Amino acid sequence: MKKSPFIAVIAAALLAACASNQAPVAGNAPAATAPSAPSVATVDVTGSEPALQGGRVSAAQLAAAVKAAPDQRSAQALLNGHSVYFDFDQSVVKDDQRGVVEGNAAFLNRFSSKVLVQGNTDARGSREYNLALGQRRAESVKQSLEVLGVKPAQIEAVSFGKEKPRAEGDSEAAHAENRRADFAYPQ
Amino acid sequence: MSATVSGFWPRLFALLLLSMTAAANLARADLSVEVIGGGSNRYPVAIVPLQGESLLPEAITATVKSDLAMTGAFSLLEAGAGDALAAPAQLNAAAWQQRGARAVVYGKLVSLGGGRVRLTFWVDTVSPREQKLSAEFDLAPEQLRDMAHRMADMVYEALLGEKSLFSSRIAYITQSGKEYRLQIADMDGRRAQTVLRSRQPIMSPAWSPDGTRLAYVSFEQQKPVIYVQDLVSGQRRVLANFRGSNSAPVWSPDGRRLAVVLTTSGNSQVYLINADGGGVQRFSYSDAIDTEPAFSPDGRQIVFVSDRSGSPQLYVQALDGGRNARRVTFEGNYNVSPTFSPDGRQIAYVRREGGRFKVMLLDLASGDNRLISNSAFDESPSFAPNGKMVLYASEEGGRSVLYAAATAYPGRVRLGTLGGQVQDPAWGPFNP
Repeated sequence: MKKSPFIAVIAAALLAACASNQAPVAGNAPAATAPSAPSVATVDVTGSEPALQGGRVSAAQLAAAVKAAPDQRSAQALLNGHSVYFDFDQSVVKDDQRGVVEGNAAFLNRFSSKVLVQGNTDARGSREYNLALGQRRAESVKQSLEVLGVKPAQIEAVSFGKEKPRAEGDSEAAHAENRRADFAYPQ
Repeated sequence: MSATVSGFWPRLFALLLLSMTAAANLARADLSVEVIGGGSNRYPVAIVPLQGESLLPEAITATVKSDLAMTGAFSLLEAGAGDALAAPAQLNAAAWQQRGARAVVYGKLVSLGGGRVRLTFWVDTVSPREQKLSAEFDLAPEQLRDMAHRMADMVYEALLGEKSLFSSRIAYITQSGKEYRLQIADMDGRRAQTVLRSRQPIMSPAWSPDGTRLAYVSFEQQKPVIYVQDLVSGQRRVLANFRGSNSAPVWSPDGRRLAVVLTTSGNSQVYLINADGGGVQRFSYSDAIDTEPAFSPDGRQIVFVSDRSGSPQLYVQALDGGRNARRVTFEGNYNVSPTFSPDGRQIAYVRREGGRFKVMLLDLASGDNRLISNSAFDESPSFAPNGKMVLYASEEGGRSVLYAAATAYPGRVRLGTLGGQVQDPAWGPFNP
């Protein structure tokens, strides 16, 4: 950051010098030189992320199973792979998706854990507007959790928009799979 | 037109060498330019190959021609090595007029030893015969491409009398498998350099007005966080990492603050934040989605997307005018991704219509909307710094590509990729 104002000043001087109106080239005058665009530095933050595993308990039985689980680790494992799905352009948690919300609420209430609710959208439309639609879905799930007794401070609602599709392609099935909210717990 | 540019002479000055210390990681994923269509009122010009160009490791003339062609403003006449001219006295203006040229660009290269060359070139109109430009530059081999863009700028400005755009850069995101890269390149897509590499998505790059920094959204912390990165040093810092999502950064024209979207209120709203990350201030007030802010060039207004009416539409709100937002789109039920033209008179944006996403130009004075793209999935428009072209992302055969459309001509240019996906293009300011 410290270097940039210096370079900007010199480069501005070059530009100003080039652009001004002057007499034409004299035979023995030093010739002008074109500036080179500065090269840039690369930052590398490539890392790994944990993969989702398939769910083993049905959504309807999730809350009961979480309450009966012997410990936090096994309870959390039950929640893996369960997402809340949404209709096109909608952020309302449908009745058939309540089991997943209740299972996560049971976990959060029992273990006072924190959770990241991650909203997602299908691949159609503006990236940033989709990010906001995914946020609306995450907020909707957050409110449903709060209704079930989870404290607001336990939940952070964030969005991935259309940036991390679980299903690729333009089929309706792929779009439906991507219209969802996931629950990410601290490892 | 000619009167305004006939006095345009490059000033001569002593050689200034900028030492480039940053370790550049050059990615060889250059984009190629393909020109499609063009205006009927194009300026016919002959770009004669420079005499002695075979001295060069990289031809200047070819870049000058592709630069001028991509604007859609010129038609380029055939000119071969046999047409080369080493001095204005050799120009046969009548013959070039016969061949259909209104102007001829010609010049020569002389070796200075040690790989350095002296480039001298001229731009003459043929009827009436008038010398519009004469220029001379001493060049090292690594300066040839910058010089070619610079020469194209000088020709463009000498003949059209308006600010050129070839010495500017673009930023965009590529995705290849699980790797995301934020890259910058010359405006023709060449000389791509990687600014950030990540296994998590990157989106919404935004140039600082002086072209030295990029703001962008990265998901490396498992949520959208806004960073600002210095291009030369690679130094970066978090600009906004508030609870919830942080996105859609855009710089104010004076570079002192940014508009961003935060969700601390429980919904996506537009905020202003100082460039150092302090002074957060809410700007938009709705219980709906407000996102994708963009400053007007005078810095006094922001256009943004809001679905407060039930569907995403564009609204303009003054920075000192309370909380009143004026709706400016009324056709269609999905209008997003707005950006002001550099003269503040137009807004480019994306409209969804019949399942297609199109880049539109809204004229603010008349309220007229004009289509400027023509594929099915066009998104993320951004203006060239001179306002004459709009860069956008499109999709062809399941792959994403970049296009630049002329705003005053029907011409369009495809900046094709060599692999992977390319998205979220942002045209930078004039190079310093």
